Amino acid sequence: MNNFVEAFKFIGRNGQVPGAPPLPSLVHLTLETVKIAGIAMAIALVIAIPLGVWLGHIHRGSFVAINVGNIWRALPSLAVLAIGVAFLGIGLGNVLLALSVLAVPPMITNAYVAVDGVDRDLVDAARGMGMSGWEILRKVELPLGIPLIFAGIRTSALFVVSTTTISALTGYSGSLGDIINNETSYHLSGVLGAAICIAVLALVVEFALAGLQRLVTPRGLKLAGREDATSAFVPIVGESS
Amino acid sequence: MTVVFAATPVIPNFGGGSSQFACERANRLFCPNWVSRNWATVLWPALRQHVELTLIAVAIGFVLSTALALTAYRRHWVERPVLIITAILYTIPSLALFELLEPLPGFGLSRTTAEVALVSYTLLILFRNTLTGLREVPAEVRDAARGMGMSDRQSLLRVELPLALPAIIAGLRIATVTVISLATVASLIDNEGLGSPILAAISNEVFKTELIVAGGMAVLLALLADGLLVLLQRRLTPWTRARAV
Repeated sequence: MNNFVEAFKFIGRNGQVPGAPPLPSLVHLTLETVKIAGIAMAIALVIAIPLGVWLGHIHRGSFVAINVGNIWRALPSLAVLAIGVAFLGIGLGNVLLALSVLAVPPMITNAYVAVDGVDRDLVDAARGMGMSGWEILRKVELPLGIPLIFAGIRTSALFVVSTTTISALTGYSGSLGDIINNETSYHLSGVLGAAICIAVLALVVEFALAGLQRLVTPRGLKLAGREDATSAFVPIVGESS
Repeated sequence: MTVVFAATPVIPNFGGGSSQFACERANRLFCPNWVSRNWATVLWPALRQHVELTLIAVAIGFVLSTALALTAYRRHWVERPVLIITAILYTIPSLALFELLEPLPGFGLSRTTAEVALVSYTLLILFRNTLTGLREVPAEVRDAARGMGMSDRQSLLRVELPLALPAIIAGLRIATVTVISLATVASLIDNEGLGSPILAAISNEVFKTELIVAGGMAVLLALLADGLLVLLQRRLTPWTRARAV
């Protein structure tokens, strides 16, 4: 247990090791991790959400959205990073590409299922009221699909945060994973401290997104009681990393 | 982590600049000669270990989560605490969990540490899918089973569990590909599985052939396992296809 006490001391020193030259601070590495994950998520969001929502809206391409999503989800993250390194070399480009590629499938699948699965009677009623396809999408399908779309975003975000730390194993330096990959400089206490920071970061991201999900869920859906307390925390289906 | 370097086998598998093979000296994308020389000593053992790690983790996870799901099916209050605990385990990134388990007594840099972490990632998925599958059995079907004189136990084994099979196997598919993916990261802890050659290649001047072959094998293994489970599901639940036609 002494190791864990030392780990918290390491966190208290903001990632410095006594007697060693100054190291990148924990705060800095945490922010870098969040930055890389954020950029990758932004790239993946821009590709996945419009595509998934559009396919769901026209009720086409379920094969692409669901089956390809399933196959894609099976890709082991470290293997994808490693193959990327072989082609692109070690660097931010490879990491961002691998992270974005891995983040896309849960978001496409969920966005597709969310919009495609909106009650057809509701869509017909909206059409009967004279709404155009665009209005139906914006005023009916998207608000009703929000919880499921957001669940996909949460699954991807969690996955991207953990894969960002794994990228350290493929030689990319600039995330909290660096510390875990460098026990020689940081000793066991530093490695443990970094592991604690990574775990806390993932939990914070998960809780923050769960909170955000509640904020954006339309009031009507909350009143209908479709979302209970635990579902806000438990991701739909996805892959951990 | 220093273990990364220990992943290099006793016989150096890459001579780098000093290799007698031009392809390997130039570090080209794919050197078939290297693969055939290292298949039996590096790649095949890594694949076998990877399959072992996966089977053990999924089997233990399946037994644990099925037991938990059956308990929660009868006693509703069990569901919430199990969901919250397994969700937290699932949320902790693998790299962190492996390192957090390592200093605990009895763990260390061993297969036990790897397996405990891998099992912990299967629990949420398997528990939820099994429980949801059981809950979605229509009440009329359960009533019919009772009407035919089945006991609770008979109804569970002969009616409810078989009807929940598609959901259970869907959970097994996700759990299996998740474990295959995370088992590559586990190499950091127990230096076995397909992550081992990947980490060795990175520390060995980023040897491309090894990265592509080991990475490719991990990807193919995941796709193959997923495909086999789809076939298993079709075999065990022929009625789901009949209904779809």
